[in-house]
Amino acid sequence: MAKKTTGSNSISRRRLLTTASAGAVLAASPFRINLLQAQESTIKVGFPVPLTGPYGTEAQDQVRAAEVAIAEFNEGGGLNGRKAELLVRDDKLNPGEAATRTLELIEKEKVNFIVGSLSASVQLAVNNVTKERGIIYNSISQSDEINEAKDFSKYTFHEALTPHLTAGAVGRYAFPKFGKKVAFLTADYAYGHEMVRGFQEAGKAFGVESLIDVRHPLGTTDFSTLLPRIQALKPDILVISNFGRDQQIALKQATDFGMKKSMKIVAPILLYTGRLAAGAQAFEGVIGGTSYYWGIEDKLASAKAFNDRFRKMHGGKVPSDYGALGYAGVKALLMGAKAAGSLDTDKVIAAVEALKYDYYKGPEYYRKCDHQAVQSVLIIESKSTPQKGDADVFNVIATEEPNEKNLRTCEALGHKS
Amino acid sequence: MTQPAVPSAGWFDFAKRHRAILASIFVLVFPLVMPFTALAVNILIYGLYAVGFNLLFGYLGLLSFGHAALFGTGAYLCGIAIVHLGWPWYAAIVMGILGGAVMAAGIGALAIRTRGIYFAMVTMALSQCVFYLFYQAVDWTGGENGLRGVNVRTIDIFGLKLDFINPLTRYYVVAAFVILALFVLSRILASPFGAVIEAVRENEARARASGYDVTRTRLITFILSGAFCGLAGALMALHLSIVPIEILHIETSGMVVMMSLLGGMGTFFGPFVGAAVFLLLENLVSIWTVHWQLIVGAVFVICVLFFPAGIWGTILKRINK
Amino acid sequence: MAGLSFDLIALQLFTGLALGAIYVLFAIGLSLIFGMLTVVNFAHGAFYMVGAYVGLFLLSLGGNFWLCLVAVPLIVGTIGLVVERFLIRPLYGRGIDYPLLLTFGLSYVMVELIRIAFGKSGYPFDTPEILQGAVNIGVGYFPLYRLFVIGIAAAVLLGLWLFLERTSFGLIIRAGARDPQIVRVLGVNVSRVWLFVFGIGSGIAGLAGLLAAPLQGAIPEMGATILAEAFVVTVVGGMGSIGGAVIAGLLVGVVVSMTSLFAPEMAKVSIFALMAIVLLIRPQGFFGRAGLMS
Repeated sequence: MAKKTTGSNSISRRRLLTTASAGAVLAASPFRINLLQAQESTIKVGFPVPLTGPYGTEAQDQVRAAEVAIAEFNEGGGLNGRKAELLVRDDKLNPGEAATRTLELIEKEKVNFIVGSLSASVQLAVNNVTKERGIIYNSISQSDEINEAKDFSKYTFHEALTPHLTAGAVGRYAFPKFGKKVAFLTADYAYGHEMVRGFQEAGKAFGVESLIDVRHPLGTTDFSTLLPRIQALKPDILVISNFGRDQQIALKQATDFGMKKSMKIVAPILLYTGRLAAGAQAFEGVIGGTSYYWGIEDKLASAKAFNDRFRKMHGGKVPSDYGALGYAGVKALLMGAKAAGSLDTDKVIAAVEALKYDYYKGPEYYRKCDHQAVQSVLIIESKSTPQKGDADVFNVIATEEPNEKNLRTCEALGHKS
Repeated sequence: MTQPAVPSAGWFDFAKRHRAILASIFVLVFPLVMPFTALAVNILIYGLYAVGFNLLFGYLGLLSFGHAALFGTGAYLCGIAIVHLGWPWYAAIVMGILGGAVMAAGIGALAIRTRGIYFAMVTMALSQCVFYLFYQAVDWTGGENGLRGVNVRTIDIFGLKLDFINPLTRYYVVAAFVILALFVLSRILASPFGAVIEAVRENEARARASGYDVTRTRLITFILSGAFCGLAGALMALHLSIVPIEILHIETSGMVVMMSLLGGMGTFFGPFVGAAVFLLLENLVSIWTVHWQLIVGAVFVICVLFFPAGIWGTILKRINK
Repeated sequence: MAGLSFDLIALQLFTGLALGAIYVLFAIGLSLIFGMLTVVNFAHGAFYMVGAYVGLFLLSLGGNFWLCLVAVPLIVGTIGLVVERFLIRPLYGRGIDYPLLLTFGLSYVMVELIRIAFGKSGYPFDTPEILQGAVNIGVGYFPLYRLFVIGIAAAVLLGLWLFLERTSFGLIIRAGARDPQIVRVLGVNVSRVWLFVFGIGSGIAGLAGLLAAPLQGAIPEMGATILAEAFVVTVVGGMGSIGGAVIAGLLVGVVVSMTSLFAPEMAKVSIFALMAIVLLIRPQGFFGRAGLMS
């Protein structure tokens, strides 16, 4: 079968045109040639958070709050006129994706700082990438491990609470009030174990007797197989150490099983968004801890200022607990840069280490050995009937003031003094 | 009427004849046209993963829903070698390859006896077991938090010191391994064993009647598939400097199935194209909407219905017409 | 093992039965669809999830739970009919993997659509008032709602059995499972039968999702976890066997429940290990027919 017999050297004009136009489309598309990347002069803050996935709501609140921090910094003149810019990325609650995003932020966008992310495994992943490349990272979610010598580096900061601190604070409040016989229902992963450890450390001072520690796999949707065993032991307090959806389901089912009638249920941390999602019934009577609740604006001027700014920027909404961490995490680094008067990494680190600040919840500072933000813990209880609008879901029943002694010691974390 | 051997016009035939050079140029230029280099590396790695998977699925016809176990084992063993054993990078990569192969031998020995849909489910079940095993071995794997610290700063090779932190350097190192692996794979497929693989897929009874040990063929193919996927996993560990536990999730198994089909199973480069399309779609669609899974899922469904040969397979078909 | 009493074990057993009841309902549809159509429905979990959300939606419109019990399987079943007719039917004859792959992709699409419509975080699903609380079943207090679930599952099973054994349509289904060719030769429109079987299977899955919702809430990912576990049930029981799905479903529920008592972290592994063992020793499951898959 004879085909068109044009010689091998001549290329038809049509093909040339199609290829050229394809090339033009390619050049105009997002696939621009990286070699021609121009250097920007804004201060870039990378912000990988899980916009997709079960914590999307919390993540979006973190973005909103971070935007407040950026706006305040820019309005305050920035760093000698240089403004800051927030580069939000979706880490999909997946450490592998977070690592990829962090690489993109560092290698392509050339960010100055990175702040994020929700979930311990993601933080640790981001931290591993940033510390290898000398980029300052401020972690805004709970983790005990990020302060440990193994993962820590001088570039690592931790604005959020640690499980040990949170659990300890709640324990110190609950144990003297409700009794000594304690049962634990714990999510079987690092975070759960860390919470239990925090409770048990705190419990020692009160002579607490640990009746049982029932472990459940992450993502358990049915606690019915575990609850009867706990009920049979008749504890004074049931400590439920899990997070997010697991916590909502556990609380719901514990309520169904009628356990609230005979024991006090305590959780290390209660999420604002979780309370809204799970409803009043499940959270009724449950006591827990948190890093921030908007309601403290009645007593704290910095909280009111932050809340008002947030309301103004975001249509009257109030910030959630995790959202507020987004604000503080970004602000601390930017303020450090401002105090240092430069973006030189070592100078900024020194400046942030020296910061004594009250941005939204009272006085805070970063401990030197592990860059952990020493801060207060709020003890909260769910309100069954909101009085001040839909957001009025918690009562702050106690506040544990900032105290380094409540954190794990530097030695315990593996830091040599 | 004589048929002069005149080569016809067109880019495609030109490309066919200069395959190797063009492929090399493509690989060299690739990171520059991708939105960012780390994505290009991911595409290479997942492409290799999909190619390894495709050896079993496209060429032998066995649909496995548990390939994450092979990919993940390769990654973890490489990571463990570096973090806990302090081995140099090349030994760690070898560990990764061996890990994938040995795990494939283990799973294969159990799963090979079943076929069809059962094979898919056994592999899925066994890979779930592997997931829990690695999850529980917290001291070695970091458990839920993953294995951190797979930090390789410099690659010492033949006296050259390459800065592995530099994104382009990292890309080229990974690309070198991937190209080598693809070369090895093409040799395998061109070998007599490759012919046996095809024979078994086409007609198992006849292959057996012709004297080929079908079970052994299956097992060996599984192990080879495991080796390639293990290498991909090891490269992943080095690239991200972590091994996340999610690498052993069912989703990672499902992802490679999607990639292979999207690209075109039963073609050599199809899975690579599939991996590239999948990751690019994920990356680009994420910019416009958080609901990228909807788009990717819909594209996948459309492909299953209308383009079963996949994107690359359909392109090849059209051009060959 | 301090604290283990007969009461506790019995209570745990009941919990296992309640868990198993959901597995059974879910797995029956899967088994039916596979037995009749030789299609492994990877979207079955998505139908389950849609059932829970449809229930949520109906409740928000002002309906009550009893209405949902009837409406949800009908609605989800109809969706199943549409899916079979337009997405799966074109793929028959193309090889056993294709419908599987399609349903796999479809599940991504369905989950994401629900996320778009209802959000990512999931919703609480309150137990209907009448069914709240616990009753004393002799060995301890057991949630009333879970007893209800066991009851409903039994009722559905009975209805299904009657349908298959006593109606002519059921006869056709059973014949078609045994030999589709002969049934076609006899003039039966096999395509129509398959259409309805897919619809029935999906509808029951939707019902299972609705029943599960008060236990754990409605989240977009709820289908994925139960699908993997349901594969265990269908394989252990035997693909295509309803009776097998029932026995295996209850067995799996009890196994999960009892392992949770002794070693919670092994609970999930135990069922996959169980599946692997069954596959090695008796691949067709307890009640499946040998060679169903060649």
